[in-house]
Amino acid sequence: MARISLKVNGTQHVHEVEPRMLLVHYLREVLSLTGTHVGCDTSQCGACTVLLDGKAVKACSVLAVQADGSEVKTVEGLAQDGRLHPLQEGFWEEHGLQCGFCTPGMLMAAYGLLQSNPHPDEHAIRAGLEGNLCRCTGYHNIVKAVQHATKTMAEGTSKTAAPARTVGAA
Amino acid sequence: MKIDTTPEVSGMGHSMKRKEDPRFIRGKGNYVDDIQLPGMLYMDIVRSPFAHAKIKSINTEKALKIPGVLAVITGETLAKYNLHWMPTLMSDTQMVLPVEKVVYQSQEVAAVIATSRYIAADGVDAVEVDYEPLPVVVDPFKALEPGATVIRTDKKDKKDNHIFHWEVGDRAATEKAFAEAEVVVKQDCYIPRIHVASIETCGCIADFDRVNGKLTVYMTTQAPHAIRTVFALVAGHVGLSEERIRIISPDIGGGFGGKVPVYPGYVIATAASVVIGKPIKWIEDRMENLQADSFARDYWMKAELAAKKDGTITALRIKTLADHGCADAAANPSKFPAGLFSICTGSYDIKHAFAEVDGAYTNKPPGGVAYRCSFRVTEAVHMIERVTDILAQQLKMDPAELRLKNFIPKEKFPYQSALGWEYDSGDYARALKLAMERIGYPALRKEQAEKRARGELMGIGISSFTEIVGAGPSKHFDILGIKMFDSAEIRIHPTGKAIARFGTKSQGQGHETTYAQIIAEELGIPASAVQIEEGDTDTAPYGLGTYASRSTPTAGAAGAMAARKIREKAKKIAAHLLEVSPEDLVWETGKFSVRGAPQRSKTIQEIAFAAYTNHPQGMEAGLEAVCYYDPPNLTFPFGSYICVVDIDRGTGQVKIRRFMAVDDCGNIINPMIVDGQIHGGLSMGMAPALMEEISYDENGNVQGGSFMDYLVPTAMETPSWETDKTVTPSPHHPFGAKGVGESATVGAPPAIVNAVVDALSHLGVTHVEIPMTPERVWRILKEKGVAE
Repeated sequence: MARISLKVNGTQHVHEVEPRMLLVHYLREVLSLTGTHVGCDTSQCGACTVLLDGKAVKACSVLAVQADGSEVKTVEGLAQDGRLHPLQEGFWEEHGLQCGFCTPGMLMAAYGLLQSNPHPDEHAIRAGLEGNLCRCTGYHNIVKAVQHATKTMAEGTSKTAAPARTVGAA
Repeated sequence: MKIDTTPEVSGMGHSMKRKEDPRFIRGKGNYVDDIQLPGMLYMDIVRSPFAHAKIKSINTEKALKIPGVLAVITGETLAKYNLHWMPTLMSDTQMVLPVEKVVYQSQEVAAVIATSRYIAADGVDAVEVDYEPLPVVVDPFKALEPGATVIRTDKKDKKDNHIFHWEVGDRAATEKAFAEAEVVVKQDCYIPRIHVASIETCGCIADFDRVNGKLTVYMTTQAPHAIRTVFALVAGHVGLSEERIRIISPDIGGGFGGKVPVYPGYVIATAASVVIGKPIKWIEDRMENLQADSFARDYWMKAELAAKKDGTITALRIKTLADHGCADAAANPSKFPAGLFSICTGSYDIKHAFAEVDGAYTNKPPGGVAYRCSFRVTEAVHMIERVTDILAQQLKMDPAELRLKNFIPKEKFPYQSALGWEYDSGDYARALKLAMERIGYPALRKEQAEKRARGELMGIGISSFTEIVGAGPSKHFDILGIKMFDSAEIRIHPTGKAIARFGTKSQGQGHETTYAQIIAEELGIPASAVQIEEGDTDTAPYGLGTYASRSTPTAGAAGAMAARKIREKAKKIAAHLLEVSPEDLVWETGKFSVRGAPQRSKTIQEIAFAAYTNHPQGMEAGLEAVCYYDPPNLTFPFGSYICVVDIDRGTGQVKIRRFMAVDDCGNIINPMIVDGQIHGGLSMGMAPALMEEISYDENGNVQGGSFMDYLVPTAMETPSWETDKTVTPSPHHPFGAKGVGESATVGAPPAIVNAVVDALSHLGVTHVEIPMTPERVWRILKEKGVAE
């Protein structure tokens, strides 16, 4: 067993883990952060995308021990103080998800993309999400969702001041 | 479409934001693998490296020595309980675990139960299986040749690999029409084996409570109720009784037909839980998912079209060989071994038609599920849309003109097709004309001529499809004898809010929103105040589940009908409260008012409160209703798609420059969700047209068994879709809707193929098989001398 210490969504954790344990299983099964999903075994699908020290990585291709001393951000860490992140808001507004299984990975990959390029055009969004597969949406509204987020972030017009719980008519 | 409710109520026609999204965008969905139960064990499966082999021995000794490995289950273990075989949905049989031999690569051979998923995987590696390879049958045509190796030696009298012959139509009249035809075109067409590859793979947690004798299975299933009944029928002899079986289908990460069948893994995990008395989790990995779960398609079709010289189509004839793998485990209604393939006359008024399909066994995984399409409709539409284009090419007619000439005219609806369907409604010319107008068809033809003169390869392809969705009616449609109705149960709470449960199960279609909107439309209760539940057989009314675009046509209809029952009772309560006769009341959204005195009214909320506090003497308290809806007919959504492609002469790559989709699914509940369904369907139509295929080498080794080899489109290959609609309501559906989730998967592939063929037609190309990979297209360019 190996001792690891890492910060996940701002909280410090220390655990003894098997050296072979994947980061995605550490997040899902040790920390019960089940928002990060597993969709393949060959790092194609991107459902497990998280931020490791600010960079989008596929958590099925990182060992938990490799994250020792690092900071991890998962989909559960996107909303702050009960307010949705503009990307979450964009996915909801633009119908950027259907079954929801790829969504956490898409959100985190998009988060990583916007950190390096806050104003991506459509091509840059598609290229930035190339490592994430979605079967339901045809990516059409995912692109629109990211565009929605870039717009609200640039304009500071995010609606997230409203309680994120509200479900209402568009 | 007229919208009758306010955005606050959000009935039909509102693009209401989805009620299910808040949990998904926060990572708070609840998928099967997210569930952890106390004491839960993990299962992993040993799979065969051979496509056909005798099992000489299975040695579990080393595996059982691994700390944490608790049991290894083999066919012998299950045979003690007579659970080593199970029935398929088509009343064939399929192995759960083998005793004598394996019949496809990656078939389940044994299962390891361990304390963690890592140790279970270690156990799988340590199980030693001694195989003796047998001759492998890969080609379905060779499978039917005399002397072919017989795969199903388990069937006592089976001397060949033929599964079924099915035919429909008037053979003699069709032959006569062909004999008299002025023009005949023929085309062979193979629709390859593909896989739905939902991003969530399949899996379950089987939890048998020994004290109460109750089995709870959390399962990735699109049809939880049917699964419960199948479990009760299959395992009744070991003491599982239906009232003590609970199937819970939690959030499902995409289904597309792949989560309809019962897979051996579910049965093994359940048996293991019953024997061990602890919850057992089994989650397949992606390679297992692609290599062993039900495939789709694999149809070898030969089509002929007879016509007059002016382009009038007079007859259609199709002969098909269906490769079903090692068992007929198709997910079709029982009486339809080839699904609804007889929709193959498509959108055209064809007087004579005859279709036949033969099924063959091969050494491949069993299946024949849909891939985001109604039963075998994609194959049928692909064929008719291809031969229609080939006829246009032969007659040197514009493919749009030929279609407009042959469409079933809108005055002929309801239309009796030559192969026995009654199409409910349609206006095909309007949809095609709208698509042509939206995309600028004449200008594109002009551009194509200019480009062709410069040696550039540009093509324009049309597909005008007719879908057939929403099974029942129950007099024709059943699954293993269970009639294909569907259900809704609505309860109105005293404060005027509601809970409604359905027999279907969303896998991303947005039922929590659209079903609430249906009830909002019917009762005036805001959709935001209607809680929708599905997928728990202990609470939801019995239904056949969600697949083949049947949720809105069946369960959605049940929701509307149950709401109308509630409105009838509400009317009596309102009459009591207003002290008038029910006949004096008129309904407008959300309230009953006295005819001629609209200021005297009672809202649905006031009525709901009275149903529990002040109901009339002699009337039962409460306000709830159940409806089991048996549709009188299927619904026939349709559309016209136009695709524009450019082909790279250097690489053979096909680039979809534009794709205009005009769909008609009748009245629309939520336009935003319908658009989303079409975007997704178009992408899953593009995928097999350009990229996806699961093939096998001569030894039955799967090619395309992981996401490294099976190419699911990313955002880069997928174009930005253009959509529009016409609205032709279904005359028999309670609110005029038709199914829509799969229209685009059905309609898109031939539009893309027709566009590619159109780009190459001046070179003498009349057909291209799918997937139209760069290599396949480049070889054609090379052969025609135009590759750069």
